[in-house]
Amino acid sequence: MSEKKGQPEYQSALENSFVLKLKEKFKEEILDAKTYSSELTIWISKEILIPVCKDLWEDGFIYLVDIMGIHYPQREKKFELSYILHNFKNNERLRLKVEVKEGEPVPSLTEIWKGANWLEREIFDMFGVQFSNHPNLERILMWEGFQGHPLRKDFPLKGIDTGAAIYPDVYPEGVKPPKGGENA
Amino acid sequence: MLEIRELELNMGPQHPATHGVLRLILKVDGERIIDAKPVIGYLHRGTEKLFENQTYPMNVPHTDRLDYIAAATNNHAYCGAVEKLLGVEVPRKAKFIRVILDELQRISSHLVWLATHALDIGAMTPFFYTFRERELILDLFEEYCGARLTLNCMTIGGVPEDLPEGWIEKLQNFIQIFEEKIWDYENLLTDNRIWKKRTIGVGVISPEDAINYGLTGPPLRGSGIKYDVRRALPYEVYPELDFEIPIGKNGDTYDRYLVRMEEMRQSIRILKQCIEKMPKEGEIQAKGLKFIKPKPAEVYFSVEAPKGELGFHIISDGSPKPYRVRVRPPSFINLQALPHMVKGHLIADVVAVIGTLDIVLGEIDR
Repeated sequence: MSEKKGQPEYQSALENSFVLKLKEKFKEEILDAKTYSSELTIWISKEILIPVCKDLWEDGFIYLVDIMGIHYPQREKKFELSYILHNFKNNERLRLKVEVKEGEPVPSLTEIWKGANWLEREIFDMFGVQFSNHPNLERILMWEGFQGHPLRKDFPLKGIDTGAAIYPDVYPEGVKPPKGGENA
Repeated sequence: MLEIRELELNMGPQHPATHGVLRLILKVDGERIIDAKPVIGYLHRGTEKLFENQTYPMNVPHTDRLDYIAAATNNHAYCGAVEKLLGVEVPRKAKFIRVILDELQRISSHLVWLATHALDIGAMTPFFYTFRERELILDLFEEYCGARLTLNCMTIGGVPEDLPEGWIEKLQNFIQIFEEKIWDYENLLTDNRIWKKRTIGVGVISPEDAINYGLTGPPLRGSGIKYDVRRALPYEVYPELDFEIPIGKNGDTYDRYLVRMEEMRQSIRILKQCIEKMPKEGEIQAKGLKFIKPKPAEVYFSVEAPKGELGFHIISDGSPKPYRVRVRPPSFINLQALPHMVKGHLIADVVAVIGTLDIVLGEIDR
């Protein structure tokens, strides 16, 4: 019989030697640090994102695993970006979190990692977060000219009317395809 | 002096060698490629948005449709992420069943890769050979969970069913058959002069670039970086198992081919050890997961899928539905290096590079 253990709790990691080292250099800009289920997360302000990443790169975090965007419509800073970095030397991982207001650009990491290119494009596409100094910031999964950002919480699940006409020559404007099932 | 005339060539989205609906805009000078631009999104289904609107267990079948060639590893990554979020320990027998399914899936995915990769380059025979053996794996899956491709073979906290009676014997039978068959494939290709000419020195990527682009899986290992999630961030029972991580030297298409062939042999090794070590009796499902409602938290969990590191990044907000689920698809990030890898090569080599990256569009477009 396996017993259910409780869900782990967040623990403060401000005393972590690694965080202390960063804090010494960047002072107040390191906002918070916590661990959850042995994953270290550090909240930083977006101004120091590039210097921190360059520092971490020197420390061995040479691999960018993933970037995730999150939308919090109620907060003042509506968007949160979550970067995961990997260190090959001791297989360590850490997560950097940055909060941004709507319309504020985030510095692009493409100058450090080429792999950040598409990841940032996807966040721009899905959330409308702008990245400064990005070489090619355009939509990636949705098509050019699409209105809206699908992964925002206020975007309807059923989608939006994009105004694209379906078979305009077969069904002229105002005429809809016949309903299936009833009179078939 | 002849003037250089650049031509823009459209490859795909409907093209047999692009493995789905990938469109490439190639800039060519004669036969040489100056630049390539992948255009993706034709198969976008909004999976991440759907995840947010369903409860945690309801999402498992949706993960099958991401990398539809390797559904078991997708299930594993998602279930593992939710288990990490909840702090649930999977019973030991379920761990072994998961590893067996994962490794079978790895072999079957690599067989599809070998078949289509060789077919794209012009060797048709391996296709018939590999699909014959893949059928045996699909039969094993069918007997276990009823499905052949969209398996849905894992639940949060374990696996849905115990292995059927006689299944292990059939698996042993398959291992016996397959061990010999790998040599058949190698005999056809490894020392084949045409195969070597088409793959050696094609699509080279240096280890530094491979890391910089974020490659994972065989494309990264082909460049000589010994990184495998099964060893780097071990999960389930992999620490107890004895297997090696094959790596390449030159980072070209031929090395990646050798890496994948060796990976199949290592998977067979893992399967044999699993049969030996798996407990005969035991629970297969963790208790207390009738209603899943995690407290607010954020986790990332990844497994070594056949294509590379597949990760799920989940944020919970205290409700029965996840607040946000992000998939880290290996193919999406591996495809990003394609323009770098094909520059200066011939148009026919683009097909070889698409094949060697082993992409699946269901996972790229989500």
